[in-house]
Amino acid sequence: MTAPLLDIRDLAKTFTMHLQDGLVIPVVSGVSLTVQPGECVVLGGPSGAGKSSILKMIYGNYRADSGAIRVAAEDGETVDVASAAPRRVLALRRTTIGYVSQFLRVIPRVPALAVVAEAATAFGIDRDDAERRARDLLTLLNVPERLWSLPPATFSGGEQQRVNIARGFIADHPILLLDEPTASLDARNRAAVVELIETKKRAGTAIVGIFHDDDVRERVASRIVDVTRFAAAAA
Amino acid sequence: MTTDMHAPMDMDTPLLTAESLTKFYGARLGCRDIGFELFPGEVLAVVGESGSGKSTLLKLLSGQLEPSGGRVLYRMRDGVTRDILALSEAERRFLFRTDWGFVHQHAELGLRMGVSAGANVGERLMAVGWRHYGRIREEAESWLERVEIDPSRIDDRPTAYSGGMRQRLQIARNLVTAPRLVFMDEPTGGLDVSVQARLLDLVRGLVADLGLAAIVVTHDLAVARLLSHRILVMKDGRAIETGLTDQVLDDPREPYTQLLVSSILQP
Amino acid sequence: MTSHPTASGYNFAYLDEQTKRMIRRAILKAIAIPGYQVPFASREMPMPYGWGTGGVQVTAAILGPDDRLKVIDQGADDTTNAVSIRKFFEKTAGVATTTHTAEATVIQTRHRIPEKTLGPDQVLVYQVPIPEPLRFLEPRETETRVMHALEDYGLMHVKLYEDIARHGHIATTYAYPVKVEDRYVMDPSPTPKFDNPKMNDCAALQLFGAGREKRIYALPPHTKVVSLDFEDHPFEPTKFDHACGLCGATHTYLDEVITDDAGGRMFVCSDTDHCEERRAEGHRGDLLGEAPAEIAGAAE
Ligand SMILES: Nc1ncnc2c1ncn2[C@@H]1O[C@H](COP(=O)(O)OP(=O)(O)OP(=O)(O)O)[C@@H](O)[C@H]1O
Ligand SMILES: [Mg+2]
Ligand SMILES: [Zn+2]
Repeated sequence: MTAPLLDIRDLAKTFTMHLQDGLVIPVVSGVSLTVQPGECVVLGGPSGAGKSSILKMIYGNYRADSGAIRVAAEDGETVDVASAAPRRVLALRRTTIGYVSQFLRVIPRVPALAVVAEAATAFGIDRDDAERRARDLLTLLNVPERLWSLPPATFSGGEQQRVNIARGFIADHPILLLDEPTASLDARNRAAVVELIETKKRAGTAIVGIFHDDDVRERVASRIVDVTRFAAAAA
Repeated sequence: MTTDMHAPMDMDTPLLTAESLTKFYGARLGCRDIGFELFPGEVLAVVGESGSGKSTLLKLLSGQLEPSGGRVLYRMRDGVTRDILALSEAERRFLFRTDWGFVHQHAELGLRMGVSAGANVGERLMAVGWRHYGRIREEAESWLERVEIDPSRIDDRPTAYSGGMRQRLQIARNLVTAPRLVFMDEPTGGLDVSVQARLLDLVRGLVADLGLAAIVVTHDLAVARLLSHRILVMKDGRAIETGLTDQVLDDPREPYTQLLVSSILQP
Repeated sequence: MTSHPTASGYNFAYLDEQTKRMIRRAILKAIAIPGYQVPFASREMPMPYGWGTGGVQVTAAILGPDDRLKVIDQGADDTTNAVSIRKFFEKTAGVATTTHTAEATVIQTRHRIPEKTLGPDQVLVYQVPIPEPLRFLEPRETETRVMHALEDYGLMHVKLYEDIARHGHIATTYAYPVKVEDRYVMDPSPTPKFDNPKMNDCAALQLFGAGREKRIYALPPHTKVVSLDFEDHPFEPTKFDHACGLCGATHTYLDEVITDDAGGRMFVCSDTDHCEERRAEGHRGDLLGEAPAEIAGAAE
């Protein structure tokens, strides 16, 4: 058996809302799961179960209260995202962990093509190759070419989401986190994303994803993990 | 001690280290017990409301103010780490016009308003010994272009520039000697929203392209979000929360940080 | 040195001995640090500021009974300013005076260096209105002092850059900044840049006195004095297209003078002594016969 690229042990998360008299919102606890190369683990469970929160903790965007998130880093070392220094997390994001968020956070004035290509150059792909990949992906995802030179701020929800997907898929991160990448897409584009995911799996990428669409989920999931089993007890 | 003048840029040794920096103005606290490390190419945002000690901290870090306690270490271009307070005035000035930049909120403070844009950009070059007018001018033109100022305006004085142009000129004037560290005090303060967006985008691009390390003081969390890798939240002179910028803004832990984040729309 | 009361009842050279000693100390310090502006306790003189009270005090401090004094203003010995300063020292010090450069041991000047090469037994005293070359861009005295101390002189080139940007060449023709012995940047007082090369490696001692600003600075004999410039815009002394109309000299600093009511003009040496001497030697300019007597002077 190969070593997992991602190894989560006993992860727990609560939110303390100081502006609401210290209200504590338990999210998850006891989250343990491993992801092998080429595997796509799908997180299931109802809205508010904590699926996105788990992805965000893996990406280092949310802090974990306890537990470990062990990631096989580029340099061969194992890094615990939950306790790593900020620079280490930033380095992991550059080299190891890709992430497609639920929403694109637009950067003012930067055109769509550059938004996508930038994710590749940050990974270390040279400029020309990055731009070629960006064109291929935007074409594959049916983003009209006339939009490529415009900043995505004015794009429709679906167009923005496809730019976001292209941005997430352009590099060759060994670990990829997908938070409802197909949510606002039509059937044709959903199929394109499924194809992209299959390609990544074949290339050995370890994927953790959230998909509300049963059809997509069935097609890409190696395993489905229901997060409700990690439901944290209310404090 | 041996020093290698051509030491490669060591990315894993801090460029600047603040150790328990404390400043009292008489009995009044400026800031207290601030410590952090800044690595090459890293952008740190210092946020907090006015009076929280942000500008005091910036002046301490850049050696413009003497701390009541603690120290600031800086790794010079020769690879040797020095206590900046132990630098001679000549060394400090040299640092300020070569390896450091300082972008003031009010461009007028960072520019010479009485001389042309070209002279403003060229000043640092002349200070480090450039003596070829044509090359100085060429370099100034290319920097004006880089900060999106029409090079045909090179002989105009900054008094004839708009607020946004002045701020961009100030940035060009600072970056012309390829500094490794730039201090910015509210770089977008006092500018219209659209002008701000353009400036931020420009700074973001330059910082990434040049691999600059920067310490940006701002009360605007959107600026911090866009420019910085890490954030340091200050309140009443103390650093109450620090971490990855998106982590602190999306999952703020401290009551004050939660208040800051909740009081704006979408940072 | 004991006091030398003169016939007129003044102390020798007007200033009391203690004041002169104080000024000499400042001069000695200035000589020890070429180009450095030494502060001194400037005294009131019986003439208005702007009449060269700084130069007058320096001259008063170095003058001895055996000295022979020459005073020029824009190169001429006979302007009101030059005449009154010369008279002042004749009266208060009883020293001999001269208009001949070669005969003078002390030459006080405003705005010119004599054309004749100065020798080791001579002292040139400049009257300086504004001694600080950095003031143009940095008005704060506290800051300019630090800049001198740290040799932080980028600003001087900013000024020259600005000149080229505005005029296509370095348009500064007076008070053209120099660097002294590779160390201090110095304002040579409002002499034309034509004279800058004469300051370099000069055999005579050069002293600069600024009365209102209370500064003295100096160039000891054979000091290196380099005019600031750019590689692609090198320093060039002013060149004249004309020869002197009176003596025919082609390498002197010329003044343009109006010769008649009809707007006739001619170019003549600004150094009147030099011009006269050349004519006495037989040199003749194109317009020598036509020039009115008040321009051609006594030599005609
Ligand atoms: N930044 C935050 N601050 C406070 N509470 C949060 C934050 N992010 C998420 N939560 C809370 O944590 C819980 C889990 O939210 P999360 O977004 O992880 O759910 P999810 O399973 O992804 O839901 P959905 O399917 O609707 O996307 C919710 O109660 C949510 O309100
Ligand atoms: Mg979610
Ligand atoms: Zn003549």
